[in-house]
Amino acid sequence: MKWHRLRAIARKEFIQIWRDPRSLTIVLLMPIMQMALLGYGINLDTKHLQVYALDREGSQNSQSLLKRFQASEYFHLVRTVDNYRDLTAALDADQCKLGIVIPEDFSERLNDSGGVAVQALVDGTDNNTADLAIGYAQAVVSGYSREIQLNWLGRQGRAQQATPALSVESRTWFNEELESRNFIIPGVVATVMALIGALLSSLTVAREWERGTMERLISTPITPLELMLGKLFPYFTVGLLDAALCVLIAVGWFNVPFRGALTTLFFTTSLFLCVVLGMGFMLSALVKSQIGASQMALMVTLLPTMLLSGFAFPIDQMPAPIRALTHLVYARYYVTMLKAVFLKGSGVDDLIEPMLALALYAAVVVFFARRALRKTLE
Amino acid sequence: MNGSVDSSVSVTVDRLVKRFGQFTAVDQISFEARRGEILGFLGPNGAGKSTLIRMLCGLLRPTSGKALVAGLDVAREPEAVRQHIGYMSQKFSLYNDLQVVENLRFFGGLYGVSASELTDRIRWTIEMAGLTGRESDLVGTLATGWKQRLALGCAVLHRPPILFLDEPTSGVDPIARRQFWELIHWMAGEGVTVFVSTHYMDEAEYCNRLVLISHGRLVAQGTPTELKRSALKGALLLLECEPLGEAVELLGSASGVLDAAVFGNALHVVVTDAEAAIAGLPRYLSERAVSCNRIEAISPSLEDAFVQLTGPSPGGTASRR
Repeated sequence: MKWHRLRAIARKEFIQIWRDPRSLTIVLLMPIMQMALLGYGINLDTKHLQVYALDREGSQNSQSLLKRFQASEYFHLVRTVDNYRDLTAALDADQCKLGIVIPEDFSERLNDSGGVAVQALVDGTDNNTADLAIGYAQAVVSGYSREIQLNWLGRQGRAQQATPALSVESRTWFNEELESRNFIIPGVVATVMALIGALLSSLTVAREWERGTMERLISTPITPLELMLGKLFPYFTVGLLDAALCVLIAVGWFNVPFRGALTTLFFTTSLFLCVVLGMGFMLSALVKSQIGASQMALMVTLLPTMLLSGFAFPIDQMPAPIRALTHLVYARYYVTMLKAVFLKGSGVDDLIEPMLALALYAAVVVFFARRALRKTLE
Repeated sequence: MNGSVDSSVSVTVDRLVKRFGQFTAVDQISFEARRGEILGFLGPNGAGKSTLIRMLCGLLRPTSGKALVAGLDVAREPEAVRQHIGYMSQKFSLYNDLQVVENLRFFGGLYGVSASELTDRIRWTIEMAGLTGRESDLVGTLATGWKQRLALGCAVLHRPPILFLDEPTSGVDPIARRQFWELIHWMAGEGVTVFVSTHYMDEAEYCNRLVLISHGRLVAQGTPTELKRSALKGALLLLECEPLGEAVELLGSASGVLDAAVFGNALHVVVTDAEAAIAGLPRYLSERAVSCNRIEAISPSLEDAFVQLTGPSPGGTASRR
């Protein structure tokens, strides 16, 4: 490997990125856009769900239950309607996600202590939100129910026995406020790296083929390895700069805690960049068309990073076969490490397993990428 | 001539074949080139000139046969070959989004030209290409003639002993072409072996030696003069007659006529005996309602030789540019 050839290619590639408005836009704006889009766009916390209520009784008891819904930060009681039809119409029109129906004999049955059912109608179009809505509604109702029981027991003079024998005192670690944003943003760094790494590198060889400069290039003594390293070095640098930009936005703007070491973050990011850059380069060398190569590169990098890495959709909740599949998705290891470095402050010792997996992946991809480039016109 | 004094052979091609599936692009071609020689590959588009050059540069692997470039087998050691050659591909292949000097520095780096030497070579190339004052212009903004001279400069930055130029002057205006050929001759004078492919007949005359290629086969080789002399079995006459089409048909069946072809607004006719034909042909034509305004013996051009050697081309005639 000759240093002068490597340097010539790398310098040329830097100049071309700098002169090409399209590349420059991807390099500079993409991290900011991705961060804003995914940081704000994907919010898995369900708060202030619109609720419509049909209070058939209209008693003090029924009102105080509704007040509890109102008081909860998860619900926003938009309106009380007086018939069932209006309630279903509101659900149909997407004016509310949850409808509460309180029966006519609510107070009566409460006093009988025979148990009373409150009907909840949930818009199940978005099952995640529906699950949360049901959960929260149950929490509100059971809170109210406990209060009633306490009152009843209090009147009987047995208040102290009402305390449950066992209870769970839960304390959440790492993401104390259970903010889904803290869970998502570290993963956005992975999508930005996948996008930039794969997109830019998938154009680089195909562009030479399309413009006819490849024939000239392979008539020189440059080796495929020099060509690959020289071409990818600028994108590697750009990738690391963008990673720094992402961390800055995550911490400075979204207030995501960063508890680990920057060196760990940049080391894992370097491994991930080797994988995505290698994939983009390999496709570019094989497909020889900028459009074809970039489409395929996004398919094999960005798509699995978005869907199967656990970036936004927890791997534990996937069906077993898909869960098994995620072990092949290199982004999974990177996202795991990103989250651990950001939120848990994990160091290299804790991450040795995913780090080795990613390193192995990088080695394999780089090996095949180098072989994909043939110095021949055939 | 330089080549005859120093007879060291720089390129040897022996029964070289290149097939793409069923199609044979280069068919059993053999020749030799000596140091400092300008060797022209002459032939119509699609004759196999580019394929031949690409094999000699190690860009395509020969199907069979052997080619030694600077003593190295192109099939076995293509990488070693590349250090000894300069190549200008048919398609312009510098970087349009790089400046003139950036392109030169890039290729200098690829060929490993040392920093001190590169400064001199860049200065020389910029003067040679007439680009003084435009060093920082983007190459994409230059006119074709300048681009081609810059591409030539990039191909010879590392002072290769052998240079391959694939149709270097296509799309270049006549004056720029003239200047380009002066450069080629200057380089040959320095001892560089230059291969040039072209389909321009006038350019072929600038070569020391020609290899005529048609349908992948070597049709003839020799100096331009040799080719012109050997190509014609008889003598060549120029005829101006009216109407041309009927004249060609009539001459085809006339006795003593070997071939007749339209050249611009006249005919080139190959005959066995020039004097007998000049005496007899005008009468033969006028008896058949074709007027003959002028008939004279001319010396054959390369194009005549080419048409003669490559046999009837589709359409039967070659038109002069």
